[in-house]
Amino acid sequence: MNFFEVVRFSLRGLSANKLRSALTMLGILIGVAAVILLVAVGNGSAKAISDRIEALGTNTITVMSTGRGGSSSTALTKEMADALVDAELAPDVKSVSPVVSSSSATMTYEGSDHSVATFVGTTPSWFAASTTPVGKGTAFSADDVDQGRRVVVIGQTVAEELFPGVDPIDKQVTVGGALFTIVGVLQEKSSTGFNDANDTAVAPLTAVQQVLTGYGALTSIIVEAADPDKVDAAQSEVSTILNQKLDVAASSASTPYRIQNASSLLETQTETADTFTTLLGAVAAISLLVGGIGITNIMLVTVTERTREIGIRKALGAPRRVILTQFLIEASLLSVLGGALGVAAALIGSQFEIVGVKPVIVPSSIGYAVGVSIAIGLFFGGLPAARAARLRPIDALRYE
Amino acid sequence: MSKPVLQVTDLTKIYGQGEATVHALRGVSATVHRGDYVAIMGSSGSGKSTLMNILGALDIPTSGRYLLDGVDVSKLSDGQLALARNRLIGFIFQSFNLIPRTTALANVELPLAYAGVKPKERRRRAMEALDVVGLAGRADHEPNQLSGGQQQRVAVARALVTEPALLLADEPTGNLDSKSTDDVLQVFDDLSTAGRTIVIITHEDEVGARAKRLIRLVDGSIVTDVRQSPIHLPPVGAQHKAQGRATVGGRHTL
Ligand SMILES: Nc1ncnc2c1ncn2[C@@H]1O[C@H](COP(=O)(O)OP(=O)(O)O)[C@@H](O)[C@H]1O
Ligand SMILES: [Mg+2]
Repeated sequence: MNFFEVVRFSLRGLSANKLRSALTMLGILIGVAAVILLVAVGNGSAKAISDRIEALGTNTITVMSTGRGGSSSTALTKEMADALVDAELAPDVKSVSPVVSSSSATMTYEGSDHSVATFVGTTPSWFAASTTPVGKGTAFSADDVDQGRRVVVIGQTVAEELFPGVDPIDKQVTVGGALFTIVGVLQEKSSTGFNDANDTAVAPLTAVQQVLTGYGALTSIIVEAADPDKVDAAQSEVSTILNQKLDVAASSASTPYRIQNASSLLETQTETADTFTTLLGAVAAISLLVGGIGITNIMLVTVTERTREIGIRKALGAPRRVILTQFLIEASLLSVLGGALGVAAALIGSQFEIVGVKPVIVPSSIGYAVGVSIAIGLFFGGLPAARAARLRPIDALRYE
Repeated sequence: MSKPVLQVTDLTKIYGQGEATVHALRGVSATVHRGDYVAIMGSSGSGKSTLMNILGALDIPTSGRYLLDGVDVSKLSDGQLALARNRLIGFIFQSFNLIPRTTALANVELPLAYAGVKPKERRRRAMEALDVVGLAGRADHEPNQLSGGQQQRVAVARALVTEPALLLADEPTGNLDSKSTDDVLQVFDDLSTAGRTIVIITHEDEVGARAKRLIRLVDGSIVTDVRQSPIHLPPVGAQHKAQGRATVGGRHTL
């Protein structure tokens, strides 16, 4: 009896027990698809987080004040920002953008108004440093900042709210009782968390200070390093200068300001995301296990029938090897087919957003899930058959 | 005379251990020659099935010797045993033991497949065997679509499709009505006429009466062993039938 014939026997066996075959395959399918998809969701959310952080710019450093109540001794000032532009003391700093921001500005145009989520006052270098390029029109210039000209670049959301179907360039809007001329519209940006990153407006630092925030402390200073590899060097240069300006002892552990850089943020975020993925992976592994128990159950329920069948086959003169091969092929066909369908289901499922996350398949999870399901199928499909094939025919026939 | 088809010497079979020990066979010796048609009778629990299972190489005796076609069965490897079951023995169970959800034809083809017969040849021979038991028209029916008598006839077809030297049947008519019983017995008579060796277990006197030799078992031992008709002639049932046919034929010519 050649191998091809044994395969035909297996196929006949599978089709003779359609419900059992289908249930076994379904169990494997669900287990495999769950593992791959859940891991993909974890991986996808991790990737989304790191993408957002990278979008902030990997070579920027953000300096924020930690001082309460804007006390003048701890506040960040325009002078400090200017001091950071120093070719000798800070050779790795490419640009410095002082930032003031207001979250209570209302922009009015021809009777309709819109409350801008963040109204930023800064210098032209901010656009590059914060990777927020201008999409239409132009940014304002250093000269605009020096002269305190009232020009503004608005975000997509603001443009849509105030100028539906109208080109906003050169239109005049009222902010805080002052007229601003729109010179540009920012490119659309993917939003981080709950804030709409496109609900924003950017104007020269001087104009915003004059109209909205006053000449007090800066909200933050964005420092751009010359190179992503120089971020750490730039950061230490910045803190050295700031410590001098703010009279902080070099040995002091606490500073009145906080420095954040994207790569350190990325690191902690990635760690969190990895924990998340591991957790989802564990949940998926449990579901695979439960699926496996389901398969085992179906196979064990049919052991009596199969053992009797093996008894009949042995009585008719089937060699043990042929019986074993037949049942192993049956089991592996089921688990391989179920596994393949599970992978297909996961691949299809990963095309859709799941709880707001675009899943990103981890290739190794496919190998792992398919491997485990095939092992389960082979073990629990093959083991009872192997045991039955060793029995004396009469004992197999009497089995119950 | 040529060597016997089967020869058992002092067979014993003990089931269970300790208190629950059952002596199913207590030293059975017998020899069956080619062409014989042996009926084994005995009350329930007398050890008939136990003996039959050992003869069919489905079970092994606790002690004693069993020569099948002159070969000591206890010395055969697993592979050789499979070969013996496939080529030498056709076994018919009281409970049919067809493979469920598998057509009659596929069931009958099974032993041929294990013998390595090519699919086409297999199909032809299986159809022939089904024809012998009068079920050629039910070839593609599954066991649950057949009556008990029809299932047993499929089982008979499966047992004789490999043309084994020895046909063993454990109460083949035990679950059948009188019409089906007649059909199956007719097949046995024909096979015996054709020279096959048959051993059949029964508890029905009229079944035992058709055999050439009758063995009675009581409590695991042979108590009587009677020859009812000569080994080299067709069995009585077949003779009756032959006469009947001749009569019918005679009427036709008239
Ligand atoms: N597998 C078994 N385990 C224990 N006892 C058995 C087994 N098979 C048969 N027996 C016992 O052996 C004796 C003979 O059984 P069996 O050969 O089936 O009798 P028969 O077929 O003549 O009715 C009975 O007493 C029965 O209970
Ligand atoms: Mg019995």
